[in-house]
Amino acid sequence: MSANLTLIVTIGVLFATGVPLVLERSLSRILIGVLLLGNGANLLFLVASGRAGHAPIVGAPDQRASMSDPLPQAMVLTAIVITLGVTAFLLALSYRSWQLNRNDDVQDDVEDALIKRLADLDEASTSFDDSEGGVADEEGSDESEATSGGDHR
Amino acid sequence: MNALVPMPVMLPMLGAGICLVLGRSARAQRIVSLAVLSAVVVISGVLLWKTDASGPQVVDVGGWGDLGISLVADRLSALLLVVSSIVTLCVLAYSLGQGIVEYGRDTPLSVFHPTYLVLVAGVSNAFLSGDLFNLYVGFEVLLAASYVLITLGGTAARVRAGTTYVVVSLLSSLIFLIAIALVYAATGTVNLASLASRIDDLPDGVTLILQLMLLTAFGIKAAVFPLGAWLPDSYPTAPAPVTAVFAGLLTKVGVYAMIRVQTLLFPDSPLEGLLLVAALLTMVIGILGAVAQSDIKRLLSFTLLSHIGYMMFGLALATTIDSPIALAGTVYYVIHHITVQTTLFLVSGLIEIRGGSTNLDLIGGLARVSPVLGVLFFIPAMNLAGIPPFSGFLGKVALLQAGAESGTWLAYVLVAGGVVTSLLTLYAMAKAWNRAFWQAPPDSVEATPAEGALHGGDAVAVDAPRTSAMPISLVVPTAVLVAVGLAFTVAAGPLFGIAERSADELRDRTPYITAVTDAADR
Repeated sequence: MSANLTLIVTIGVLFATGVPLVLERSLSRILIGVLLLGNGANLLFLVASGRAGHAPIVGAPDQRASMSDPLPQAMVLTAIVITLGVTAFLLALSYRSWQLNRNDDVQDDVEDALIKRLADLDEASTSFDDSEGGVADEEGSDESEATSGGDHR
Repeated sequence: MNALVPMPVMLPMLGAGICLVLGRSARAQRIVSLAVLSAVVVISGVLLWKTDASGPQVVDVGGWGDLGISLVADRLSALLLVVSSIVTLCVLAYSLGQGIVEYGRDTPLSVFHPTYLVLVAGVSNAFLSGDLFNLYVGFEVLLAASYVLITLGGTAARVRAGTTYVVVSLLSSLIFLIAIALVYAATGTVNLASLASRIDDLPDGVTLILQLMLLTAFGIKAAVFPLGAWLPDSYPTAPAPVTAVFAGLLTKVGVYAMIRVQTLLFPDSPLEGLLLVAALLTMVIGILGAVAQSDIKRLLSFTLLSHIGYMMFGLALATTIDSPIALAGTVYYVIHHITVQTTLFLVSGLIEIRGGSTNLDLIGGLARVSPVLGVLFFIPAMNLAGIPPFSGFLGKVALLQAGAESGTWLAYVLVAGGVVTSLLTLYAMAKAWNRAFWQAPPDSVEATPAEGALHGGDAVAVDAPRTSAMPISLVVPTAVLVAVGLAFTVAAGPLFGIAERSADELRDRTPYITAVTDAADR
């Protein structure tokens, strides 16, 4: 199977631009990145379908050899519809996030945030064996009952 | 009889449509959802009996033969369908019961039922699909529904958790889509049965790339170690029934897809070592995360992550040893884990109602307050930890036995890792039990609402530990699921028999392939 070079270069560009965007913090940039990647994947199906030819299925039986492969086209259509739906949801989500926080940044993992705060306060987690019990941390836990192991809430 | 095969997909979809139309009437929605899911339970049961008696059942939905969509129910799919439909029915009953407590401004009633039914349809479609692209569609259907459910009500905590979940799932779907395009480019088909024979002819390098892409996509969904960090953060914020059904089913759909692809398409997989290492890391790191948590829901999320490792362990060994025990152990472990994990999340919902919070620092003494709750928590917790009479023990024994049979040093390391993980699970569960049920309740607790939100729990609940009686409508579905978990022990013989026969079927491949090609020729 010989592949179409133009398509492949386009796919390469779409993926190369999409990946850095997905790694961004802002949800709207992620959205654009996902769209680029999604379109790259859709074009990949066209590459997979092989040589372009006559319109499939409609043609006379003797044209069968010169028809394009219809199956990947059906799959691409499905994939496009799915991407559309999910994109709409992501847009709604980023709007909701903007409503709540006045930005649409993807926020930190809770665990990461807690550990980062402990690090900022230069404090060990409550399970750290500090004998004197240390200071009651701002999570509101009572230092006296910080007994059980591995408990850094 | 084959006409039953599309039903587990079609009925919930139809039900979802009807529920949308009936959006104004909560009561009609309830009746429709309950009726649909009960019907699915019965149909799945019949399908299981039928496939066990006379081999895989195939329906060529599109009528295009090899090109169109075929739905295949073999023993593995049917068994998973039965368990998942029972679980979804119980969770639905629980969520109806919770309507008394939680429906309100934050949880729009009219959206929940249709979305939940769509989720069930997506799960069934994924289990039944005999076609790689239809598997992708099934995944997308269940993911789209799960996006809605995880951000239900759009509160700040849920939007935060949902964002991570949605973005990660989108990426995994993209990887899956790219993998399908590559598979089609290499072989010219996406039908699993045709692929099984055509992939053998590909050069090894190409096969390896296809296998790695598919495993990565499914690995993200199943939350296997390096790809699973999204899970413990995004699950706990959703309402209890939603988290329960996610924990029970969604990761298992990923595991199912891995089992299917590994056994059917890549039976001579060169990746045994990679999978074993991933399994070991998933088990150990997941359970260490669980030990460190002080919120029951987060603790359970980490145990969920950890126990995916057991299933990966069995799957990795399946291709190397000459007996079905590894794969049978995996199948049995999957159905055990679906039930137990769902039950535990439902119980944590009950704890939230009865104790006012799921944070172990804020609750205590529940064993005295509510012995029933104690029993409901204790049984599945011990089941998860693998205490002898329970199903968790039986599944683990099968897997460890498979590891010993394999005999490589890596497999023995995995056996040791499995035992340690089991012990640590027991430790984590005992810790949760001690602090929530036995330890005296803390008398003065000062948590700010912001803290509550940060912990991923319900901000209101943590703010002021408010207790109320458990409605009987929540206790009954939970108790039923606990009983189902116990039934896995009582019926362990026949169940393990089915698991073993499905493992044989998976290893043999020919029953599946001939059933599909016969249906395509008809």
